[in-house]
Amino acid sequence: MILTLVETDLEGGAIEVSLEAVTFARDLSAAGNGVPVDAVVFGDVSDDLRGELAAYGVRNVHRVAGDGVAAYSGAGWASALQSVLDAAGSVVLMAAGTDRGTELMAHVAARTGASMAANVLSFSGLAPFIVTRQVVGGAAMEEMKLHERPAIFTVAGHAVEAKPADVSGAGDVVEHTPTVAPEDLLAAVVSTTQPEADESGALTSAKVVVGAGRGVGGAEKFDDVLELTELLGAALGVSRVVTSAGWRPHHEQVGQTGSRISPDLYVPCGISGAIQHWAGCSSAKTILAINSDAEAPMVTRATYAVIGDLHEIVPAINAELRNRGYGA
Amino acid sequence: MASANVLVCVKRVPDSTEEVVLTEDAQAVDGRRSGFTMSAHEECAVELAVQATASTDGQATVLTLGEAEAVEQLRNALAVGCTAATHVLGDPFAFGPGDVAREIAAVVRDHEAEGRVHDLVLLGNDAADSGDFQVGIRLAYELGRPVVNGASTVEIEDSADGPVVVAVGEGPDGQETYRVALPAVVTIREGGVEPRYPSVPGRLKAKKVPIEERQPVSEPTGPGRVKLVLPPPAPSAVQILGEGPEAAPAVVDLLEKLGVLTPGKVAP
Repeated sequence: MILTLVETDLEGGAIEVSLEAVTFARDLSAAGNGVPVDAVVFGDVSDDLRGELAAYGVRNVHRVAGDGVAAYSGAGWASALQSVLDAAGSVVLMAAGTDRGTELMAHVAARTGASMAANVLSFSGLAPFIVTRQVVGGAAMEEMKLHERPAIFTVAGHAVEAKPADVSGAGDVVEHTPTVAPEDLLAAVVSTTQPEADESGALTSAKVVVGAGRGVGGAEKFDDVLELTELLGAALGVSRVVTSAGWRPHHEQVGQTGSRISPDLYVPCGISGAIQHWAGCSSAKTILAINSDAEAPMVTRATYAVIGDLHEIVPAINAELRNRGYGA
Repeated sequence: MASANVLVCVKRVPDSTEEVVLTEDAQAVDGRRSGFTMSAHEECAVELAVQATASTDGQATVLTLGEAEAVEQLRNALAVGCTAATHVLGDPFAFGPGDVAREIAAVVRDHEAEGRVHDLVLLGNDAADSGDFQVGIRLAYELGRPVVNGASTVEIEDSADGPVVVAVGEGPDGQETYRVALPAVVTIREGGVEPRYPSVPGRLKAKKVPIEERQPVSEPTGPGRVKLVLPPPAPSAVQILGEGPEAAPAVVDLLEKLGVLTPGKVAP
């Protein structure tokens, strides 16, 4: 059996990258004589979630609840995952490559002595099981052998497209209330505070993101870019240079050590496109680069580009948008 | 309060602002052209180690597993306030995350046997090159200590039951706080502190600190790597809409075509 950790959002629905991971699990199952695909969920499983996972071909939804997993702790939740694994006899344990999914896979791997592969893109061959995964922020890939069973890995965001199955699964809920040892609860979350409205996940879920990099030239020179962001109803994302220089706060950073975005449109202004940044924006569907250097990696990788001084181009775009009646 | 000693683990990685080049055997990233740096998360871990020890009058020790050249990253950490350094000599690409965790654990145990306890071990959340995301967690299990993953700040506080580390980081539903009794392991994500630049006196002082050199305690089992591959070069398909502000109408035409605009009131 292939067991996939499915993470849920505040409304209790499966997050998109978890559905991608379930889709990946189905591909793996198809290559492996149709081993059943199961899901494991912490907390509530609504009828909607159960139905959605069934539509994705999931046989059993293992629901984990109880005092031991009421507050998040990496070791506590991993011990619960381990007990589900043992009860169900799984050969594969996988999750989406989110922070939490990655952390939990690493915990289970450490506990079982197995290897773990982070950010897997594809697999080639089952015996031995060889995966290809992202390294260097996605600028290179590694082919890696996963010797042990269970094989433990995370699926990189947008490595596959989330697709419901041709044939639905039963989606039966199996309840688990594992006992968690006290030593696994020593590092548990004691409080969670909601982020400020402007620091919320707006950047990662935005349909349009305006980017700003070194080319903006200083903390006091963001007015044009901010105006464009507002006129487009977009979120602002910046490069590491911008946050390192203290021009903008870190939560706006897009890149290997910031947020990973996947908007319909990304408009990077004055961003050269270093690997560190590209790692965070390569999933954008369309990129419109504004840059003075026609040879900059961001320009050559973009779908569209305008060449020149962003401090001349962006105000002209803002004026044109207003002329045509856009923007609140 | 009692002084707390911190061990911070760093890795010399190829600077990833340039194009990635692989070694001939495709087992490693060749950083000779791009130059080398420390992973961004670890720069913040070093800063947090220096702050935490300064506030408690403790010692901040920096550790790396790497080739001889990785001494540069140790000296950089000493220059910003670390007070001791340990260098485990080895080719980091030959070590898997479990191997690295075992080597760090051996250092922690040996130091402890000499009376140097590392109350808190800080690491980066993930290395910028190998991207394994697991050394800190595996280390915690090696040492039998609790671990917090992906914190952006840490502070050491006294409590009725002894010193604790308060670690704060971004979780899926907001900012999460952990309070964990020492000794503990915490992995750090960039964003909570601004790493300081080394001063000239700091650099001079760093040159004089003796560096403990060690050989690995066991043969690495390896990372399970078959080989590294680079994505095929994608030919540029960019469509240049124009140059300078004259391109603005073409840009807005495109935005209309993409359907990303919502008509609204024209602002004054």
